[in-house]
Amino acid sequence: MSMLNGLSYGLLLFMLSAGLTLIFSMMGVLNFAHASFYMIGAYFAYQLSSWSNYWVGFLIAPILVALLGGLFERYMLRKTHKFGHVAELLLTFGLSFVILELVQLVWGRTSVDYAIPTAMQAPLFKLYDSTFQTYRGFMMLVALLMLVSLYLLLKKTRIGLVIQAALTHPDTTEALGHNVPRVFAYVFAGGCGLAALAGVIGGNAFITEPGMAQSVGAIIFVVVVVGGMGSLGGALIASILIGLMQTFAVGLDWSILGGAKSLGVEITSATPGYSLWSLKLSQIAPILPYLLLVLMLIVRPKGIMGTRDE
Amino acid sequence: MNSMMKPIHFKPLNGVRIVVWSAFALILVLLPAIFNSSFAMTLLCFTGIAVIACLSYNMLLGQTGMLSFGHAVYTGLGSFVAVHAMNQIVAGWYLPMWLVPLVGGFAGLFFGVLFGYVTTRKSGTPFAMITLGIGELVFAAALMFPWFFGGEAGINSNRTAGKEMWVNFGLSFGPQIQVYYLIAVYVFFCTVAMYAFTLTPLGRIANAVRDNPERAEFVGYDTRLVRFLVLMASSFFAGIAGGLSSLNIEAANAELLHAIRSGSYLLFVFLGGAIFFFGPILGAVLLVFSLFMLSEFTKAWQLYIGILFLIMVIYAPGGFSSLIMLNLRRVKYGEWRKMRWPYTWMFLFGLIALWGFASIVEMAYQIQVAAGSGSKLTVMTIPLDAASTTSWVIAVIVLIAGGVAFEYWRRKFAKVWSDGEERIADAIKKAEAAIV
Amino acid sequence: MRVSIKPLAVGVASALMFAGAASAQNVKIGFIEGLSGPFGGVGQNQLKHFQYAAERFSGKQANSGVTVEIVPLDSKGSPQEALALLKKATDDGIRFVSQGNGSNVAGVLIDAINKHNERNPGKEVVFLNYAAIDPDFTNAKCSPWHFRFDAGVDMKIEGLTNYMKDRKDIKNVYVIGQNYSFGQQVSKFTEAMLKAKRPDVKIVGNELHPLGQVKDFAPYVAKIMAANADAVVTGNWGPDLVLLIRAASAAGYKGSFYTFYAGVIGTPTAIGAGGADRVHQVSYWHPNSAQSEIESVYTGFKAKFNEEFYTVAAVNAVRFLVAGVEKSKSTDAVKVAKAMAGMKMKGASGEDIEMRASDGALQQAMYISQWTKAGGKDVKFDQENTGFGFKTVRYLQPEQSTMATTCKMPKR
Repeated sequence: MSMLNGLSYGLLLFMLSAGLTLIFSMMGVLNFAHASFYMIGAYFAYQLSSWSNYWVGFLIAPILVALLGGLFERYMLRKTHKFGHVAELLLTFGLSFVILELVQLVWGRTSVDYAIPTAMQAPLFKLYDSTFQTYRGFMMLVALLMLVSLYLLLKKTRIGLVIQAALTHPDTTEALGHNVPRVFAYVFAGGCGLAALAGVIGGNAFITEPGMAQSVGAIIFVVVVVGGMGSLGGALIASILIGLMQTFAVGLDWSILGGAKSLGVEITSATPGYSLWSLKLSQIAPILPYLLLVLMLIVRPKGIMGTRDE
Repeated sequence: MNSMMKPIHFKPLNGVRIVVWSAFALILVLLPAIFNSSFAMTLLCFTGIAVIACLSYNMLLGQTGMLSFGHAVYTGLGSFVAVHAMNQIVAGWYLPMWLVPLVGGFAGLFFGVLFGYVTTRKSGTPFAMITLGIGELVFAAALMFPWFFGGEAGINSNRTAGKEMWVNFGLSFGPQIQVYYLIAVYVFFCTVAMYAFTLTPLGRIANAVRDNPERAEFVGYDTRLVRFLVLMASSFFAGIAGGLSSLNIEAANAELLHAIRSGSYLLFVFLGGAIFFFGPILGAVLLVFSLFMLSEFTKAWQLYIGILFLIMVIYAPGGFSSLIMLNLRRVKYGEWRKMRWPYTWMFLFGLIALWGFASIVEMAYQIQVAAGSGSKLTVMTIPLDAASTTSWVIAVIVLIAGGVAFEYWRRKFAKVWSDGEERIADAIKKAEAAIV
Repeated sequence: MRVSIKPLAVGVASALMFAGAASAQNVKIGFIEGLSGPFGGVGQNQLKHFQYAAERFSGKQANSGVTVEIVPLDSKGSPQEALALLKKATDDGIRFVSQGNGSNVAGVLIDAINKHNERNPGKEVVFLNYAAIDPDFTNAKCSPWHFRFDAGVDMKIEGLTNYMKDRKDIKNVYVIGQNYSFGQQVSKFTEAMLKAKRPDVKIVGNELHPLGQVKDFAPYVAKIMAANADAVVTGNWGPDLVLLIRAASAAGYKGSFYTFYAGVIGTPTAIGAGGADRVHQVSYWHPNSAQSEIESVYTGFKAKFNEEFYTVAAVNAVRFLVAGVEKSKSTDAVKVAKAMAGMKMKGASGEDIEMRASDGALQQAMYISQWTKAGGKDVKFDQENTGFGFKTVRYLQPEQSTMATTCKMPKR
């Protein structure tokens, strides 16, 4: 059960970081507002589903967000391209501020009632005492489908080849008659759409509120760094690793204190740094990804699947 | 980063450095005479601390091209160590209170060494992401270790402790004015020190690492080491800012370490301008102004700041300081006159468009946030009613009309501007030729 | 016992008018709270509570000579800015400040006010705390300038455990909370008090997780279920509370939740049907409390703002301040503080409430209520139009949640 919980959470993380990785590897732009597009996705889906039904939101919200992403790339990001990647990062940083404010302006500052469709609230199956919700299964299915289609799109289609070519040899690709800036806009829009899709299925499984972007923002950056900058495969491994790690760590009440005790060393509240030694693994589970990040940088700075050091 | 941070060669005050620094000192001394209410005094103290923090941040961003999302880690941890030092003074340590900011500085340095060792392994975008992760880690840890961070409530102290020590020269630091002058002294010396840093060989190499890391590496410099050293220096000054903050508010809490604070350093340093040394000082003033004054005017202040930031990134990546310097250069080369009218019209129509935009935003906020307190509001002294369609229509029309007229004059202005730029470039070339 | 609170206030006011305190007086409350930024939504909502309370319980509508004006000061939730705003308030001659969201801000404010009052005699400031419930504020760190109108963590858990004592069906209790002072206090008090009152109850888990960092609570719920817990006590609020309850209903957990902040703006909407009959709240008031005498305040507030009224502490803060000014015939903070200490009134449920002089903590009734389908006599009002509301499962008199204090009150 923990395995499944961890996997489904990891796959959601992957959906989020896939778009980010894609944009980064293609354009070299780190989209700081990526999690904000995830948030808009959830809010759009909420709005559309409250007007009609869940499936309309599921299909249309990512497309709308992709459109917004494309417009942002075309009319703003492209203008800062000449100033370099840091300026582009700053622009998306500013965008995340503005999106947050606009979301609060339109939908208010508290959470909205974006619910899981009743059909999928039922348990899918039962293991021991706890149940596995159908919706969780659906989330995993969507993530896997996305993974496969992304792979096919990039490796097996003409568009995919052009995208890859534009990445490594923009000038040559341009000379061959392809509109490289337009390809970039498509990639950016596609990445945003993927983030929005994650928002659509994650927003109701968890919670749709203005803080949701900030709460995942840092984690997906960790995924991208740990997986290796710009590597989709690395992002997949890192997402699932983090998903499983967090899930299993919660179940473990290990602490240095307990370990020392089994070795015959008694640590009491009088020992210096007692509160550090007595911290249980389950208590620090949610910050494990950041510890993993630090560890990774010390041991293998290029990340799991990274090819370059820088 | 390269072209964005390209230095603009213009030093109107070269050779009169002493005058500039004396004027700076004089301003610091005289400010309390002008702003003498206790609230204004508090704001001055906040501004002084923000100046040091922003300048230290710019050692990373402007001088070495390191975009950090975790600068609050160093100011915040400096604050915590300083507040513990203050409590030790309360408990009887023989340490004059005015040295507490230095304690904060060394704490900042210590954590700079600790975290910098990891973060500076990367540069550019990965560096930015890692600093964000470290920031989250430290913030989460702050709530986990209440014995050091005081949990949610933080740690309080008393800055008047140890006032009987003769090294305090009779200063108790109870009255805010004494704290202000202590901050002013620190601001002055830190600013001088950070300016001097830019002139040292390390400061120069940092610029090289920013502009072209490959070449810097090639000529034999270890770029990672340079980044590490700059980060250490920067975190030292950040720690001093943190220590001053502890002394100023006599408390430290986890909020000091939050990502929002790191983000605001980045935002306002950029708005002030990362190219020029004095840019972050402008940024610090702007930071305190936005936080305390702008938020009194409008509830939507974060939206306005965000949009201003977007516009600046696209059109003026050098921030306000570069706008000032570019215009001063115009004045010097006698180009200013040609731009008077485009400027006037741009300003006027810009203001009109801004009114239209602000009206829409304020009316939306009135409905969303302040519902129940009525739908009436005024935007720049003009009364509106968020419940009436007329108000909305007027606002939209004004926005569109003002925006179109603004865009017309902006294009004219852009033409005049780039023509002027060419003439100035020619003039500089000629002057250089004459010297040769 | 259905007496409206308005005649009550009028009664107090008119009684004092005979005593000759009828001159018109204006008092300002500096409302220092995060009105923008991440927790701006809650702050704005609380501001409305205060404005509405001032409108109803002071001046013309309350038939009182004392008019309270609320001056909003936006701290953005930051202790630093709250301090600067305190200076601003004192500059502007404001002698009463109020704050509640976040014990971090409250702690800094109490400390700053102590220092301010010591360094600026004649310009003293009084702090009306309406929601920061760290028990330290009325024990180790107690201050003569601080009055708390909410119940402390210890008081709330005293009430909760007095209720659990009689629930023989509760056998295994799991405590989970955010790893910061409030969550830690909930865990500490729950464990200690349950042990004393129900030694047969097993604490099967005592978990702390980082504040606002957990996105997926499924593993925590798995742990709770593995521990076979039939009741969960949690100090979580906001997203952390909602996510916990949602994950529990997704995993098919059948036990009940005992919470403190299920009624905070936005949370009822997010809990929705998923928490029905399982989520409980410990509070000093809720809209369906049987003797709800401020029903007209509740409905009036909802009609005006279309938001839920739940912070009775705002009403009480205004009422005590008005009565304090009337009693002392002065707006001087020192005299009003002296008048407020030990003052007694009728509370929202008709109980006798007292601002205890020894620690500045308001002694009031407590409710254990359950999140249930609205309708019928017990659940007259639903929350945030969800169709669900709170139903009283136990009413506790003030003496059932009172706590001894260790406060050695300094001289005022």
